[in-house]
Amino acid sequence: MIPYQPCLNIVFAMSLTTQDVEKVARLARLAMTPSEIETARKQLNGIFGLIAEMQAVDTDGVEPMSHSQDLAQRLREDKVTESNQREAFQAIAPQVEQGLFLVPKVIE
Amino acid sequence: MTWEIVIGLEVHAQLSTHSKIFCGASTEFGAEPNTQADAVSLALPGVLPVLNKGAVERAIKFGLATGSHIAPRSVFARKNYFYPDLPKGYQISQFELPVVGQGALTIQVAPLSGNAKPYEKTVRITRAHLEEDAGKSLHGDFHGMTGIDLNRAGTPLLEIVSEPDMCSAAEAVAYAKALHTLVRWIGICDGNMQEGSFRCDVNVSVRKPGEPLGTRREIKNLNSFKFMQQAIDYEVQWQVDTIENGGTVQQATILFNPDTGETRAMRSKEDAHDYRYFPDPDLLPLEISPEWIEQMRATLPELPQTKQARYVNELGLSAYDASLLTASREMADFFETVLAAVPNDAKICANWIMGELNAQLNRDGLDMTQCPISAQQLGSMLARIVDGTISNAGAKEVFRTMWAEGGEVDAIIEAKGLKQVSDAGAIEKIVDEIMSANTDKVTEYRGGKDKLFGFFVGQAMKASKGQANPAQLNEILKAKLAG
Amino acid sequence: MFESSLKQMGAALRAKKISSVELTQSYLDRMAQLNPQLNAFITINPEMSLAQAKAADARLAAGNADALTGIPIAQKDIFCAKNWLTTCGSKMLHNFVSPYDAHVISQFNNAGAINLGKTNMDEFAMGSSNETSYYGPVKNPWDTERVPGGSSGGTAAAVAARLCAAATGTDTGGSIRQPAALCGISGLKPTYGVVSRYGMIAFASSLDQAGPMGRSAEDLALMMNVMAGFDERDSTSLQRNKEDYTRDLNKPLTGLRIGLPKEFFAEGMGSDVAKAIEAAIAEYKKLGATIVDISLPNSKLSVPVYYVLAPAEASSNLSRFDGVRYGYRAPEYGDLADMYEKSRAQGFGAEVQRRIMIGTYVLSHGYYDAYYIKAQRIRRLIAQDFVEAYKHCDVIMGPTSPSTAFKLGEKGDDPVQMYLSDIYTIAVNLAGLPGMSIPCGFGDNAMPVGLQIIGNYFDEARMLNVAHQYQLATDWHSRAPHGL
Repeated sequence: MIPYQPCLNIVFAMSLTTQDVEKVARLARLAMTPSEIETARKQLNGIFGLIAEMQAVDTDGVEPMSHSQDLAQRLREDKVTESNQREAFQAIAPQVEQGLFLVPKVIE
Repeated sequence: MTWEIVIGLEVHAQLSTHSKIFCGASTEFGAEPNTQADAVSLALPGVLPVLNKGAVERAIKFGLATGSHIAPRSVFARKNYFYPDLPKGYQISQFELPVVGQGALTIQVAPLSGNAKPYEKTVRITRAHLEEDAGKSLHGDFHGMTGIDLNRAGTPLLEIVSEPDMCSAAEAVAYAKALHTLVRWIGICDGNMQEGSFRCDVNVSVRKPGEPLGTRREIKNLNSFKFMQQAIDYEVQWQVDTIENGGTVQQATILFNPDTGETRAMRSKEDAHDYRYFPDPDLLPLEISPEWIEQMRATLPELPQTKQARYVNELGLSAYDASLLTASREMADFFETVLAAVPNDAKICANWIMGELNAQLNRDGLDMTQCPISAQQLGSMLARIVDGTISNAGAKEVFRTMWAEGGEVDAIIEAKGLKQVSDAGAIEKIVDEIMSANTDKVTEYRGGKDKLFGFFVGQAMKASKGQANPAQLNEILKAKLAG
Repeated sequence: MFESSLKQMGAALRAKKISSVELTQSYLDRMAQLNPQLNAFITINPEMSLAQAKAADARLAAGNADALTGIPIAQKDIFCAKNWLTTCGSKMLHNFVSPYDAHVISQFNNAGAINLGKTNMDEFAMGSSNETSYYGPVKNPWDTERVPGGSSGGTAAAVAARLCAAATGTDTGGSIRQPAALCGISGLKPTYGVVSRYGMIAFASSLDQAGPMGRSAEDLALMMNVMAGFDERDSTSLQRNKEDYTRDLNKPLTGLRIGLPKEFFAEGMGSDVAKAIEAAIAEYKKLGATIVDISLPNSKLSVPVYYVLAPAEASSNLSRFDGVRYGYRAPEYGDLADMYEKSRAQGFGAEVQRRIMIGTYVLSHGYYDAYYIKAQRIRRLIAQDFVEAYKHCDVIMGPTSPSTAFKLGEKGDDPVQMYLSDIYTIAVNLAGLPGMSIPCGFGDNAMPVGLQIIGNYFDEARMLNVAHQYQLATDWHSRAPHGL
């Protein structure tokens, strides 16, 4: 039923450690319990097994492709087109006061 | 024990566009919080950026003004980090391919202490790239919370990165000032440092001569040249003390406290700065054609350095005068308008602008743009000096009147009766009368008592009610007394 | 009425045989009856829909109606619609009432179409079975124990069950085509850049593309006439002349060259799926087409490439969901970092968190070149395969999905197995090409099979022609799920 099985044996020794997963969770601002970290580690390693297949491909001299169309950025004229909609926008905000969005204290 | 100081600058210049870099919200300073935070500034789900042409034009102008490489193709990248004043969780910036590449800026350094002479130095510019500004965190009284204002989020910035070419606070300040003059000169940034339009990050390290570069600490967000100098001085001393006391300098981001004059490391620990840059898939590569660059070149004003050279070579001004007259675009424009009225007398223009005018501005605490006397007014007044209508003393009277009450030069001369008598016949008549009333003094003079000449000038001036053209009077007196 | 085409519905409305209010109400009634078992909609707002219907009736009465004026269309909940709850299938946006309209929504509003409701979807469009929705899985109308596919599963189920006249979807790696195939309807993912992404909540910006889902190619063409077009608010929106996507529907297929990529027919495809696809190809030969064997040698790499690029873009796109300006904020938290981490951990489901982590990892220092840049290079190779192939054929055909609809929970614990169900659709997104799926029969379990048609850039009108001619010759597309 499954069209093709990734060759897990050609995975080049890439395996995420618990510390790697913890670091990624922190960078991504996701609170995770130790058991969640462990589950994530196993699943991520499975997925990286699938991804590792890329490494076998010779891509020397191939330009990375960011967009499917080879076009240049279109530019906007320098004009003010937006007006104040603070009331509408802040009606859906978790916490506002005096027109400001409130967050736990930012320490510089 | 001598230490070598190594300084590089990253300057964030807010570009003077009407709208933000990726959306049509206003960039005006000082609005009520979040009233200029539109859907894109707020990073509502689904919104997308579209690049402001005005921001690119300003980057091109900067590249041209510093002789920098302007990239025919540059790329916007996302710099990912979480911060409440960064609504998308990433800043759109440029990383591998910035819009402006290598260039240079030549600066005049006036050493801050001692009797060392001013000197010229060239600071290399590494790159300048376009990016968006963040919002502001306000620490008012919000039950111990922080308030976020996103009006500033998305304001276009040009981040100008220098090579670590400066080796004193004086050089760093001179470079920052030259950059500040330049961005205002070419009209890409209003340069208002109080409002944060021009902010400097200073990388400082110290080393023993001949040794590899020391570890640098980055002083963030300096918004005055005075603070920059104080911060660098303090930081250099701190680093030297730390090393000399056996410690090591750790790479850090630090803040300068103007109240204490000290620097301190920032407390917020960012996880080892893994910004995960990658090309922004919402934006295509920015392409700048040679035609567009030429169009921008045509709109550039004559640059300060070019002007200085011209003032010296063509107008015969001193290098010092030329540098003062090109301290700002307003100053140079003023000078050139004045000069148009007396095209062959640059020196008198320079003298009056840097003398009487500057003194008055300083006394009243005004800058060039607030000057109550227009360049046209000053020019017409100087023309009246040059054509002999008024004397220097009379001119000062005209100047004072214009400063206090305004008015047209000729009308003031007329009203105050400041017109010099330049009619040779009239002056001769006065001289004749005085000589015949003072025959004894004439005899004494002719007998060798030269200093009596002043007496005759005084008498003649008195008789003319001070309006005789002094040069002409001297000439006539000399001739007549000689017999 | 529920079996009428959009064209017939529009004609009936303009002839005043039925009013938009009546039509809308009859869909709302049917939805009230059937949606509870299908869970195809996240938000229904009869009051707002009927107000639009009333306005449409006024427009119809005034005689300035467009093709879709008065017709009830459902919108995938990924499109921001002003004053509508817009959740993107996530708890993160459980309270997000959009203050603005997506471009696609404005286009339908301007056309006088009725927004009948917001359809269920995989959370942030990440999924192939609609099981990742915070609002519960959608059931396949052909067999409610089976998935409808994803991520546009709510839309596919709603169209298949005749809960709306047609609906919108979005497709990042197959999210229009795969659920269309699994629910026995037609769906088109246009060329990247043809439909504006403004107001469509981003998953992977360089791959996301909105498109229509409906009961026939002809319906899709009418939908495309509304959805497609330049929008200055999207930098990747293409500046092209307005097209009439119905213009080529009736052209004969004589001489059409159909490319069959050998990689799509090699291994892995279910034998029942293969049988249906082969029958469809045979039908096309009867319609005058010729078959060309082609190869897309790098397409087998599209899954690994996709699972680097899409999560990388997604990890960054989803950083804006931080509990500061809108959306979910954890009820209890300590400092700022805690507020972020708890809000995001509680607001995002498991699959979304998994993809954010993959993306964060592949972009992080030291791995960027090995993963992200490498994947972008292979992306180019995959796109070049298609350029080469189109030198020899006009359209490419193959299966949309390796199997028919699987059972709910069947691929539960192993993300890799789930990811592989998009094996035939992903390459199209990587290349930015248009792709569609049309029903072409049934599998062993009596579930629908989809035929995938891949066109060259901007060849949507031809693809719709190719699909329409098949639908004139067959009736797979007009089969409705029984027992509803």
